[in-house]
Amino acid sequence: MVDLWGVEKTYANGTQALAETSLTFNEGEFISLLGPSGCGKSTLLKMIAGLAEPSNGKIRWWNHGLDQVGGPGRKMVMVFQDATLMPWARVGANVRLPLELAGSKGPEADRAVADVLKLVGLERFEQSFPRELSGGMQMRASIARALVTEPNLLLMDEPFGALDEITRNRLDGDLRELWAKKKLTIVFVTHSIYEAVYLSTRVVVMSARPGRVSREVLIDAPAFGSGARSEAFRVSQEFAGYCKELSDALAQASGEGGVDH
Amino acid sequence: MLRVAAPLMVGIVLLALWQGIVVSYNVPKYLVPSPLAILHALIDDWALLSDSLLVTLKITLLAFLMSILIGVAVAFLFVQNRMVEMSLFPYAVLLQVTPVVAIAPLIIIWVKDPTRSLVFCATIVALFPIISNSILGLRSVNPGLLNLFKMNKASRWQTLTRLRVPSALPYFFGGLRISCGLSLIGAVVAEFVAGTGGTGSGLAYQILQAGYQLNIPRLFAALFLITITGVLLFVGMVVLSKLALGGWHESELTPET
Repeated sequence: MVDLWGVEKTYANGTQALAETSLTFNEGEFISLLGPSGCGKSTLLKMIAGLAEPSNGKIRWWNHGLDQVGGPGRKMVMVFQDATLMPWARVGANVRLPLELAGSKGPEADRAVADVLKLVGLERFEQSFPRELSGGMQMRASIARALVTEPNLLLMDEPFGALDEITRNRLDGDLRELWAKKKLTIVFVTHSIYEAVYLSTRVVVMSARPGRVSREVLIDAPAFGSGARSEAFRVSQEFAGYCKELSDALAQASGEGGVDH
Repeated sequence: MLRVAAPLMVGIVLLALWQGIVVSYNVPKYLVPSPLAILHALIDDWALLSDSLLVTLKITLLAFLMSILIGVAVAFLFVQNRMVEMSLFPYAVLLQVTPVVAIAPLIIIWVKDPTRSLVFCATIVALFPIISNSILGLRSVNPGLLNLFKMNKASRWQTLTRLRVPSALPYFFGGLRISCGLSLIGAVVAEFVAGTGGTGSGLAYQILQAGYQLNIPRLFAALFLITITGVLLFVGMVVLSKLALGGWHESELTPET
């Protein structure tokens, strides 16, 4: 659904954030972009989102118009590192925002907002202000806002990076369940090996200086559910195996770069 | 409770001290009147003073209103385009640094209608904080939210009304707090200039007249009215900002202990 051909990003000051990269994301995948800081994973995500332009190469969305961000009738949404909720608006109004910007109102919008709040477990907090919620709940609201328009592609930029591990694990579990239930396609940026293994169907390992893709690993553990994954996966042999594989790939990649450490 | 009681106690003690010193040292009224004498003057000359108060208040409020309207309009214009701001902002600063006393005589000559000329002067004084604070506010938008609006293909107008304006409100109210006092100061200064020319009826004019007649208690009474007006205006703005931002902005939240 999204193809990148030789995409490259160099900033005006000459820093190369991302070296030539070609990738394909398919419908229904849960892809993690995994790598250390400075490997260009956020830059890559921003270019897919249309928030930044590649200096070189092409991105194609849904086989449509080469230079047209997104595509007709398709929706891409992004969840940022911070919850980025509007502090002056209640949770309900925050979640409703994308609908209102698109011009839909009335009972249909009400229902969509209620449904999505229920989906993320915030149905009792529609009337709360964002500051009254914990960090994890704010992130849930942010995800609800992303899902309310029923997007074809969900882009997430280290959404749980600022949360404590316990909350993060719980949100990871819920996110994976949501992905299965709503048949989402997700591109997820993270620097946590465990998070990448637990969540993904495919992990794209990236390395820094310059940022590039060094390896792709398919995560397949049908024993723990091909949709929602059970918590048991986290302590299984398979999990440990994948973690080892990714960790080796990361180490090898930074060795190849040979500049740092 | 303590926030009201503590300064109130200080005020009462100071007034009592003032009264005591003036009475015990027999200071003549035309040098320093006692608080009681000032209260007397306030009551005796109330008809005169209240008329003047209304005049000054009218000029102040009109100038405040004008500076809000013009200031916000200018701020909106400036944030639309960096080029516009770059070329015009120095002139807004010019407005701020020119002392109104220096240009008031000119304005009073040019603008025939006394109310209009005074409002004009006071507006010049009060305008700048509104402009600069509103610009700062309209620019202080969370970049993440800006990206969110962009990804949702929000129009310029939607981004302005739903994102920039609410983000600007705390700054705007900060500007109001500064500006309400300045419009009063501007009004009084302009009245002084007009008053020395022999026209006027505001509180500043009463101060001038009382000074000429060595009616110092009345002078103090007029001064007191100006101060009270300023304080009430400020309190009004604080309440307004609390009403508007109380639900969400850090500046208006009471810390939880």
